[in-house]
Amino acid sequence: MRSSLEKFKMSRDKALAPKIEAFADHHVITPHNTLRSAIRRTTDRELDDPVARAEQALAGLSGEFKTWMRSECDRLSAAYAAIVEHGFSAKARDELFRSAHDIKGDALTFGFPTAGAAAESLCRIIDHAPDLEQVPPDLLRHHVEAIQAIVREHNTIEKAGVATELSRRLRAVADDYLMLVNKDRPDHLDAIAAPSLVPGD
Amino acid sequence: MFRIDFNKLRFLVCDDNPHMRRILRTLLHSFGAREVYEAEDGATALEMYSHYVPDIVIADWAMPIFDGLELAQMIRQPDSKGNPYAPIIMLTGHSEKRRITMARDAGVTEFLAKPISAKGLYLRIMSVVAHPRPFIKTKNYFGPDRRRNTTVAYIGPERRNGGEAEILQQPSLMDKARVTS
Repeated sequence: MRSSLEKFKMSRDKALAPKIEAFADHHVITPHNTLRSAIRRTTDRELDDPVARAEQALAGLSGEFKTWMRSECDRLSAAYAAIVEHGFSAKARDELFRSAHDIKGDALTFGFPTAGAAAESLCRIIDHAPDLEQVPPDLLRHHVEAIQAIVREHNTIEKAGVATELSRRLRAVADDYLMLVNKDRPDHLDAIAAPSLVPGD
Repeated sequence: MFRIDFNKLRFLVCDDNPHMRRILRTLLHSFGAREVYEAEDGATALEMYSHYVPDIVIADWAMPIFDGLELAQMIRQPDSKGNPYAPIIMLTGHSEKRRITMARDAGVTEFLAKPISAKGLYLRIMSVVAHPRPFIKTKNYFGPDRRRNTTVAYIGPERRNGGEAEILQQPSLMDKARVTS
């Protein structure tokens, strides 16, 4: 005889088990939605706005953004210096890419959009150049130095529009180079020419 | 109107960048979350995933040891002892079609491109909590249903047979218009 506790456990396990529908070539599995308990209905009168509250908290962090951006630049410089000294090992390449990629992702949030644009251009070179050892050294160096300059001289060159022009020209030169070296690699050419697909919000 | 009680949710944030982790932690706590666990690489995240059993995973793509894509693949093991169904939100600077497709095929539930915004993150969390998609298991895929459109007449590559993608021949909208006019 099963105890009532065992019966309760069995019925609970059955209720929590995913529902599985089998088809000829696939299964459709509907897991028990354990997150449903976190949803609650509210009235229109509820004034609490979690998004506004979070934006305010993010604004509270903004005093630290410049320091954070400088430390991101230091990381990029260190990654580039390691490559100049030792060449493109897989580890060095990954660190250069990750540091540029982080600047690309964070720069707009931190208030340095043009540094983000230059970092994106650098990421595209690392991502699509067939042989990084063959990339003109000046092309990489100019990207790294431009990002540093944009962050360091943010108050002067950003306002004067110089930073925008600098990152725009770097992107144009990088794209010309990538189109040339990928002329026999159609998948890369497509990726280089493709627009970003992700909507903002 | 619906709201999420964030204090009932447990989050695992996985990003090698300490600044981005701080931003995510700030946003989640501001939403009302109390339990936010943090990992700085994919290996630590996987360990924490087994230990803390989070409700939602927010992972970066580019990380050392193994990246966010590999983390998603490791979580989405249908026969694993852990929970293979937890929603995974990939937060990344990548925004190219190729990358989004790769993330989707690794079992990522939602994709959020940087720069991060409070609204963007809130909407993704709302989406995975309020509108969970069923999971599909084929020979070579296990993850959330990649067909977000719920209409019966699916037009697109047939991936569920587990082999090479087959294109179902469907008349174009222009052809249909010609026939009906």
